[in-house]
Amino acid sequence: MDGHFNKLVPNADSAEIVRRVKMHTPARLLVGRAGAAYRTETQLQLREDHAKARDAVRAEFELNTAFHSEFIEELKLFEVSTRASTKMEYLARPALGREFSDESRKEILRRCSPASTVQIAIGDGLSALAIQSQVPQLLPLLVEGAKKSGWSIGQTFVISHCRVGILNEIGELLKPQVAILLIGERPGLASAESMSAYMAYQPSRFHSDANRNLVSNIHDRGLSAPIAAARILSLSAQIMRLGISGCTLKERQAMLPSDTDR
Amino acid sequence: MRIMSEQFSFSDLRELFAKANEEKSGDQLAGIAAGSERERVAAKRKLADLSLDEIVRQPLIDPDDDDVSKLILESYDREAFMPIKSSTVGEFREFLLDDATDAAEIKRIQPAIIPEIAAAVTKIMSNKDLVLAAAKIRNVTRCRNTMGERGVLGIRIQPNHPTDDIAGILLSAFEGLLYGCGDAVIGVNPASDGVQSCGAILRALNRLVTTYNIPTQTCCLAHISTQLAALDQGAPIDLLFQSVGGTEGTNRSFGITLEMLSEGRDRIIKHHRQRQDGSWKGENVMYFETGQGSALSAESHCGVDQVTLEARAYGVARAFDPFLVNSVVGFIGPEYLFDERQIIRAGLEDHFMGKLLGLPMGCDVCYTNHAEADQNSVDNLLLLLGAAGCNYFMGVPCGDDVMLNYQSTSYHDAIGVRRIFKLRPAPEFLMWLTEAGIYRDGEPAKLAEPARRQLMKGLEWSLEDIH
Repeated sequence: MDGHFNKLVPNADSAEIVRRVKMHTPARLLVGRAGAAYRTETQLQLREDHAKARDAVRAEFELNTAFHSEFIEELKLFEVSTRASTKMEYLARPALGREFSDESRKEILRRCSPASTVQIAIGDGLSALAIQSQVPQLLPLLVEGAKKSGWSIGQTFVISHCRVGILNEIGELLKPQVAILLIGERPGLASAESMSAYMAYQPSRFHSDANRNLVSNIHDRGLSAPIAAARILSLSAQIMRLGISGCTLKERQAMLPSDTDR
Repeated sequence: MRIMSEQFSFSDLRELFAKANEEKSGDQLAGIAAGSERERVAAKRKLADLSLDEIVRQPLIDPDDDDVSKLILESYDREAFMPIKSSTVGEFREFLLDDATDAAEIKRIQPAIIPEIAAAVTKIMSNKDLVLAAAKIRNVTRCRNTMGERGVLGIRIQPNHPTDDIAGILLSAFEGLLYGCGDAVIGVNPASDGVQSCGAILRALNRLVTTYNIPTQTCCLAHISTQLAALDQGAPIDLLFQSVGGTEGTNRSFGITLEMLSEGRDRIIKHHRQRQDGSWKGENVMYFETGQGSALSAESHCGVDQVTLEARAYGVARAFDPFLVNSVVGFIGPEYLFDERQIIRAGLEDHFMGKLLGLPMGCDVCYTNHAEADQNSVDNLLLLLGAAGCNYFMGVPCGDDVMLNYQSTSYHDAIGVRRIFKLRPAPEFLMWLTEAGIYRDGEPAKLAEPARRQLMKGLEWSLEDIH
């Protein structure tokens, strides 16, 4: 058995240092070692966190279990799907996740009125858990902010097996000024709850990522819901004012609440 | 070509090359993969009978349409190619594996090999072939230390932070040093591509290296234009980083041209000559990253398979005498490399092709959480590439990159793979580790009290506000 020096863990007098290190970085530092390998606790913690990340990727989105029934009713949320019919198909064939199934397309046209100022949609992306945790906080703030600005808001819906490129079809079907897609990000080892918002001005089938703006890292230890909402609303206003979106538009962050206020 | 009773035909080299590949989800996504295992083996057989000269004479992508093709065909050594030009791909495979073919023999022909030839022979090699042939080749490079000698395994410390917090970055880097990592480079992927934060990272890493007098390189892996803008503002640059791809269009999607790489390299060499703080061992100043699937992802694959395009990315890298090159093999996701089996295959292919083309190949052995892989997959490829003589791996705290959200190899893995294959850190760096009391007799030491106290001070120092 190695002595504690060899574990590279500061000994008792250094608990304070460990605490301070953790304040500066979420990196897994000062865990010690068992020879050339992890200590058992580290090894099992890594497996546990990977298991959570895998479960988050695999989890199928279900509207009724993801959100409270009052939330669903209040916002009249409904669920549609892309042409990817299973999670596996979604992962292997990205193009299928960028188009609605025929049935979904009909349902969207039946239930949503076109030509609103802002159309918000929600997509599971690579983490249904992320939208389950973030949307109930963020969406009401977005709706409230949009109303305050006097914008008309389209009927929001949830898309399963969804990729970012679905924005183009949302644009073609509903012709909003600005389309906003709230979508689950690829889970990291310890954060399956991170969500992104992609925004596009009058999206059409000719749009690529270069035409979209992004606010990412929306979760409790990243961008909090109020800050994320402020940034999304401010970017939307900028997009409308300039009539463009994407890499030629640089977000004006000076006017926003500081990211460090969390 | 007949396999069993079926007849297979291939209309051109592009199709033949694609169908001869081992199964990859990216080739399937591009719609160019073999439709069956029988078709795959028919393509391999036909490819094995092709002469190397035929491959050079029939470019897969027209050099008039693509500056990477042009670069490749203008820069290979025609004289060295003469003795091997009439070999078939099958004979070339046997030549590489032959008992009589040693490191010196392969070194002689390296400049004659174009990426498409490296890709072709790879397609008819087994995983073990790729390890055996690569293990013969050592490609040595020099910047502030010497990487790639036989018996040496380097590690890049990758101390990324979700908000580029300097103290957080330094803490991660510092612990890496205590595990004997960091000889390849201490290199940060910045969360923001701003010039200010790139400069701040470069200055902080340089301060760490100069304060402790560590014989290693530092790098901030921002876009090349961002790094050069930071250089204009006085930031020190050891290695100039850029992602590169195997077609002109892929490089355009990365926001670069070959001219930009050339000009950037010239500027850094000049900058090194002017700097007072470095003792430079050589003028390898570039650091490139690549990965199968990047061209398809950029919609610039020109109907060519991802193994061949990856080899062409190495053709780009080779033109700029890099200090480090690594494929980021599992990062791209399951659309291109579906599972552990495909990631392992790609890692071995990339390492072998790079080595054959003369590059100082390392590998970011890694996976994302939506791929069918886990940390055991990383262990497997790490050990295979350790056996293959890979120049360096990544060192990420517990393998968990808290900024890029994927898993790579860890500081612990570095000690493990060095121990299993009896490998040492770079010679200059090992001397430093020994002097600092971190290593003794080529192995991590039990830290004596004075060394421990000094290192704890270092940790304290990292925690100071040094913005």
